[in-house]
Amino acid sequence: MKRHLISAADLSRDDALLILDTAEELAKISDRSIKKLPTLRGRTVVNLFFEDSTRTRISFEAAAKRLSADVINFSAKGSSVSKGESLKDTALTLEAMGADGVVIRHSASGAPYRLAGWVRGSVVNAGDGTHEHPTQALLDAYTMRRRLGSLEGRRVTIVGDVLHSRVARSNVLLLSTLGAEVTLVAPPTLLPVSVASWPCEVSYDLDTVLPKSDVVMMLRVQRERMNAAFFPTEREYSRRYGLDRERFARLKDDAVVMHPGPMNRGMEIAAEVADSPRSTIVEQVANGVTTRMAVLYLLLGGADLGGNQ
Amino acid sequence: MSPVSPSPAGIVIKGASILGGETADILIRDGVIAEIGQDLAGDETVDARGLIALPGLVDLHTHLREPGREDAETVESGTRAAALGGYTAVHAMANTSPVADTAGVVEQVWRLGQEAGHCDVQPVGAVTEGLAGERLAELGAMADSAARVRVFSDDGKCVSDAVLMRRALEYVKAFDGVVAQHAQEPRLTADAQMNEGAVSGRLGLTGWPAVAEEAIIARDCLLAAHVGSRLHVCHVSTAGSVEIIRWAKSKGWDVTAEVTPHHLLLTDDLVEDSPVGAYNPIYKVNPPLRTREDVQALREALADGTIDVVATDHAPHPVEDKETEWAAAAMGMIGLETALPVVQEAMVETGLLDWAGVAERMSYAPARIGRLAGHGLPLAVGSPANITLYDASVRREVDPWSYASKSRNTPYEGRALPGRVVATFLRGRPTVLDGKLA
Amino acid sequence: MAEAIPHAHAQAHAVLEGPDINRALIRISHEILERTKGGENVVLLGIPTRGVHLARRLAGHIRQFEGRPVPVGSLDITMYRDDLRTKPARPLGRTELPSDGIDDRTVVLVDDVLYSGRTVRAALDALNDLGRPRAVQLAALVDRGHRELPIRADYVGKNLPTSKSEIVKVYLEENDGRDAVLLLKEDSE
Repeated sequence: MKRHLISAADLSRDDALLILDTAEELAKISDRSIKKLPTLRGRTVVNLFFEDSTRTRISFEAAAKRLSADVINFSAKGSSVSKGESLKDTALTLEAMGADGVVIRHSASGAPYRLAGWVRGSVVNAGDGTHEHPTQALLDAYTMRRRLGSLEGRRVTIVGDVLHSRVARSNVLLLSTLGAEVTLVAPPTLLPVSVASWPCEVSYDLDTVLPKSDVVMMLRVQRERMNAAFFPTEREYSRRYGLDRERFARLKDDAVVMHPGPMNRGMEIAAEVADSPRSTIVEQVANGVTTRMAVLYLLLGGADLGGNQ
Repeated sequence: MSPVSPSPAGIVIKGASILGGETADILIRDGVIAEIGQDLAGDETVDARGLIALPGLVDLHTHLREPGREDAETVESGTRAAALGGYTAVHAMANTSPVADTAGVVEQVWRLGQEAGHCDVQPVGAVTEGLAGERLAELGAMADSAARVRVFSDDGKCVSDAVLMRRALEYVKAFDGVVAQHAQEPRLTADAQMNEGAVSGRLGLTGWPAVAEEAIIARDCLLAAHVGSRLHVCHVSTAGSVEIIRWAKSKGWDVTAEVTPHHLLLTDDLVEDSPVGAYNPIYKVNPPLRTREDVQALREALADGTIDVVATDHAPHPVEDKETEWAAAAMGMIGLETALPVVQEAMVETGLLDWAGVAERMSYAPARIGRLAGHGLPLAVGSPANITLYDASVRREVDPWSYASKSRNTPYEGRALPGRVVATFLRGRPTVLDGKLA
Repeated sequence: MAEAIPHAHAQAHAVLEGPDINRALIRISHEILERTKGGENVVLLGIPTRGVHLARRLAGHIRQFEGRPVPVGSLDITMYRDDLRTKPARPLGRTELPSDGIDDRTVVLVDDVLYSGRTVRAALDALNDLGRPRAVQLAALVDRGHRELPIRADYVGKNLPTSKSEIVKVYLEENDGRDAVLLLKEDSE
C-alpha cells in the first residue's frame, strides 16, 4: 500500500482485496460487546473537514475510535477559507500537533495532494471537490461483494451526474481494478468529454442497460445542476434517468440497488425502490465504518513509512 | 573579462557568431553598431568567442505588476529579469492596479522603465476602461502620450463583446495601433481550471475547452478583415487556433499571433503527474497548458511563420498565491529569464528554427508588430547597439532562487534547460555582463 | 507463531518428525481431558496460522477418546500485538469463536511455538475483549524457552532448549504438505 489514500488509482488489485478482506474481519467487531481494538492506541487521527459532511465525518470518527486512536475534529467550514493559503497554515498546525493520519474533505479537487506535500502523516481523502472519494468506492465494493460474492465479471451500472461525481470517479477506477464491468449512464451533458478514455462503457439509455446489470448505483443529482441547463427539467431527468418502479421491475432478480446518499427520493430514485430489500442503502452506511477501520489500520497500524510516497 | 564602463568610446565584441552563423567582431560606438568585421579594435573588449550574437530581444507580453502588485514584481525587478533574459525592450501589460487605461498611468509606467534603465519599457494600454469590457478607454490619449502606446489589450480578460471589439479594431487604425486580444470566451470558461480533456476529466477540474479560444480568434479574424484593421492574437495555445490563423493569413488579412515559451514545452498532463506533485498550481496558467498534439502544432506554426512571435506572458505571483489548492491559486508563470533557453530546447534543438529564425520571432517581429522604434533591427552597421550574447552550449538545472524576478513561480524547477545569456547591450551600454547585471 | 523462513545456508535438523508430533498431540489431548475432568466446557482456540490446525487435531483426538465433540475456534491476535510498529501493517488472520461463545468456558489456547510469551499476552488481551472464560490454559507444540513475560504453558509437546540465534520452524501437513519441527542454526560465516 502507498502511504496515502487519495485516489482509488493508488490501490493495486492486491491492495484493494487486502482492504476488503481486512474489513470483512473487522466487521465482526461490531457484533461483539466490546466494539473496540487497542491497535491505534497513542496515534492521532485528525478529521479535517472544509466541507460539511456529518455522515462521512461520523463514519471516520467511529472507525478511528474503534481502533483506539485519538480523534481531533477540525471543521474549517464557515471560517474564511475561500483563499487557499489557510490550507497550508492548517497543515503546519497539524504537523505541530503530530497527526499520524489526516482525513480531509475539501471542496477543491486535489486539495489532499497539496496537503500530503505539507504533512508527514498519512492523508486519507474523504472527498475532494469533483475528483474522488476512494473510501466510498471501497465501502461500495465491500457492500457489493457481500451481496454478490466476487466482483469479477459483474456488471455495475452507475447512473447520473458523472461529470461532477467524485463517487463515480473512484468507483470506476476501483471496480475496474477489481474486474467488474462498469457502464456509466447519463445525459451527455453530465459526462466528461473525455469519458471514452475511462476504463468503462458509456450509454445514454438506461433501459437498454438495466436488464444486464448486477448492480445499479444511482448518483445524487445536485440542486445547482438543475438550474445550469445540464438538462431541461427535473421531470424530464427523472423520466429518462430515474430508477422508478417500472424500471426496478425489469431488473434481474438478484440485482442490487445502491445509492451513496443523500437521496432525492422521487427524483433519481423512487421511494419504494430505495426502501426495497434489494437496496443496500442502509447497509452501505454500516459498511462505511468497517471499511474505514480497515483503511486506517492498514495505513496507520504498522511501522511509520516515513516520507516515501 | 575586463570591466566595461557604459562607454561611448568604443566597445568591441570579439569573435561572436552572428545569428549563429559566421564569426565576426562587432564595434560599438555612440550606442550604435559602428563596424562589423575581423580583427576590430576598441577601447574595451568583450570576449564573445563561442557565443551567439542576437539582436536584443523584444517581449510583446510582460506583466510587470507595477503599479498595484509590487509584492509580486516591480518595474525595477521585472526589467532586471528582462535584461538577464536577453531582452532590451518589453511591453508592459495593462492589467495593473490602477489599470493602464489612461495617459497618466501609461506615462508613469514608461517613466519607471526609463529610470530603472535595464531595458526599455513600452506600456500597453487597456482597450476598455478598467478592463471591464464595457466602454473603450481613451486609446487616442494613450497613443499621443509620452509613452506613445501602439498596442492595446485587455489581457487577462477577453474583449468578448463583438461590437466593442469591432469598434476597438476600427478606432486604433487612426494611429496605426493594434488590438492584442486575449481570446477566451467567458461563458465557455466559467470557473475553468485547466485544459478540457482526458486529464481534466480524471482530475475533476472544470475544463477549459479549446473552442473557447478558437471561437474568439475566428470571430476576431473576421472582424479585423471586415474593418480592415490589424489584429494580434495573444498566447495562442491550441492546434485549432493555429489552423484558423493560418487560414486568415492565407486570405491576406493583417493578423499576427504569439505563442509563449511554456506552451511550446509543457503539457496538461503535468497537472496530474510531475516532479512537484499532482495539482501543483505552478502549472496553472491562462490559457492553460494543452496537449502534446497542441504543442507540436504550435511549434510547427512558429517554424512556418503562422505564429509570428514568441512572447513570454511573464506573470509573476507571490508564493502565497501558488502554495494553495489548485482552484484557489493564481494563474500565470514567470518566463523572462527562461524564454530563450526554452526556445532553444523546443525549437532550435529540434531543428525547427535556426538562430536567424529566433531573431525574427523574438526581436524583429515583436518590434514590428508593436511599432517600436529603435528595437528589433538587424545586427548591421548603423543599427542601435541592442545586442544579446548567448551561450547555447551549456545546460543548467533551473534554480528559481537565482532569478531576478521578485516571484518564484517558474514551472521549470527541477528541470535542466540549455543555454545562458552572457551579456545584453542596450544602445551600446551593457546591462548584463558575465551573466550578471552590469 | 512460526518463525521467518531461514536463509538458504542455514543448517537444519529435524527435532520432531511426523509420528513424534502425532504422539505429542495425543499425549496433550489426554492431559487436557485429565485436567478438565473429561473435557467438560472446554473450548480450543488456535492462534493462526498453525495453532488453528493443531487445535483442530487436538479436537479430533479428544472426540476419538471421549466420543463427543469439543468446540474449536481461532483467535487472531494481530490487532493486539505489541510490535505492530516494527513492520508495515500486517494482514489480519481469522477470529472465529464457537457459536456458544467462550463465557464460563475453559479456553485452551493452542500455538505451535512458545517463545517470548508476547503472542500469548496478546491473545489474553484479545480474549478479554471477546468474553469472560472461567479459565484460560495454554498448549504449545514446542516450548523453546527465552520467556520475556511471566507466562508458562499448561501443555507442552516438547521442551526444546535453544539459543536465541537458532530458529524453530514448524511444518504441518495442512499448511506445508508435511509434518516436522526443524531447528535451524545460522551459519557463522
